[in-house]
Amino acid sequence: MKFKAAVISLILGLLIWLGLNGTIGRDVLITGIVVTVITSFFFIGTGIFTDVRLTPKALFALVAWLVVFLIELIKSNIDVMSRVVTPKVRINPAIVEVKTRLKSKLGRLALANSITLTPGTLTTDIEGDTLFIHWIDASDVDIEGATRKIVGKFEKYLEVIFG
Amino acid sequence: MEIAGSIFVLIGSLIFFLSSLGVIRMPDVYNRIQTGTKATTLGTIFVLVGLAFLSPDWTAKLAVLLVFILLTNPVSSHVVARAAHFNKEPMSPLTIEDKLEAKEEEA
Repeated sequence: MKFKAAVISLILGLLIWLGLNGTIGRDVLITGIVVTVITSFFFIGTGIFTDVRLTPKALFALVAWLVVFLIELIKSNIDVMSRVVTPKVRINPAIVEVKTRLKSKLGRLALANSITLTPGTLTTDIEGDTLFIHWIDASDVDIEGATRKIVGKFEKYLEVIFG
Repeated sequence: MEIAGSIFVLIGSLIFFLSSLGVIRMPDVYNRIQTGTKATTLGTIFVLVGLAFLSPDWTAKLAVLLVFILLTNPVSSHVVARAAHFNKEPMSPLTIEDKLEAKEEEA
């Protein structure tokens, strides 16, 4: 598994390069391959992507996570907008503590990012498996309730992808 | 095509407008970050999708931009919130609980 990070970074780098160019010409392709091969050489042996699973089930979970995430993003915006335009700002903020089952660093990063972009929650700090979250409308300040309400939606997908 | 693109860009700018209104109206730094992050993310998505309608050649570039924004926007707002809390930035009197404060005092 020593080359996994290198292979993933090669594919990602090439995709970004082709996306930025917007064309698949011969020159573009050759330049891209040469440069990404050289850069991905530096990723050999690093553990950046070792937690990512490349099984079909993980890919399915990735798509499911993206769909849930986009729906939550739009919901969160409608929620925040309605708070902004009402004459009296109705908020009930608190910083709550939640626990996550995710073990990998990349998984926790993805979880913290998804939490930040979803209804009224903002990740303020992470320490081990504990996340401190600023919640604009805190309905449940104890650990179990807050964990179920904030983390539950994403964790089941991210668990399959990152472990 | 052009009309669809313009509508998307218009919705995006409306979201930007509401989010800046939120930044003014919210009582403390954490709630301001809340409105700032979420709304700008969706606003940017809408503007970029609208641009993809207006000039289809750019679609791949815009997709790459979108991914970068989705990855970096929450990280930056998280860093700002964390720095504010470490700096003992006062929270709104409406705040009902601060678990992070309690943990920092323990340590």
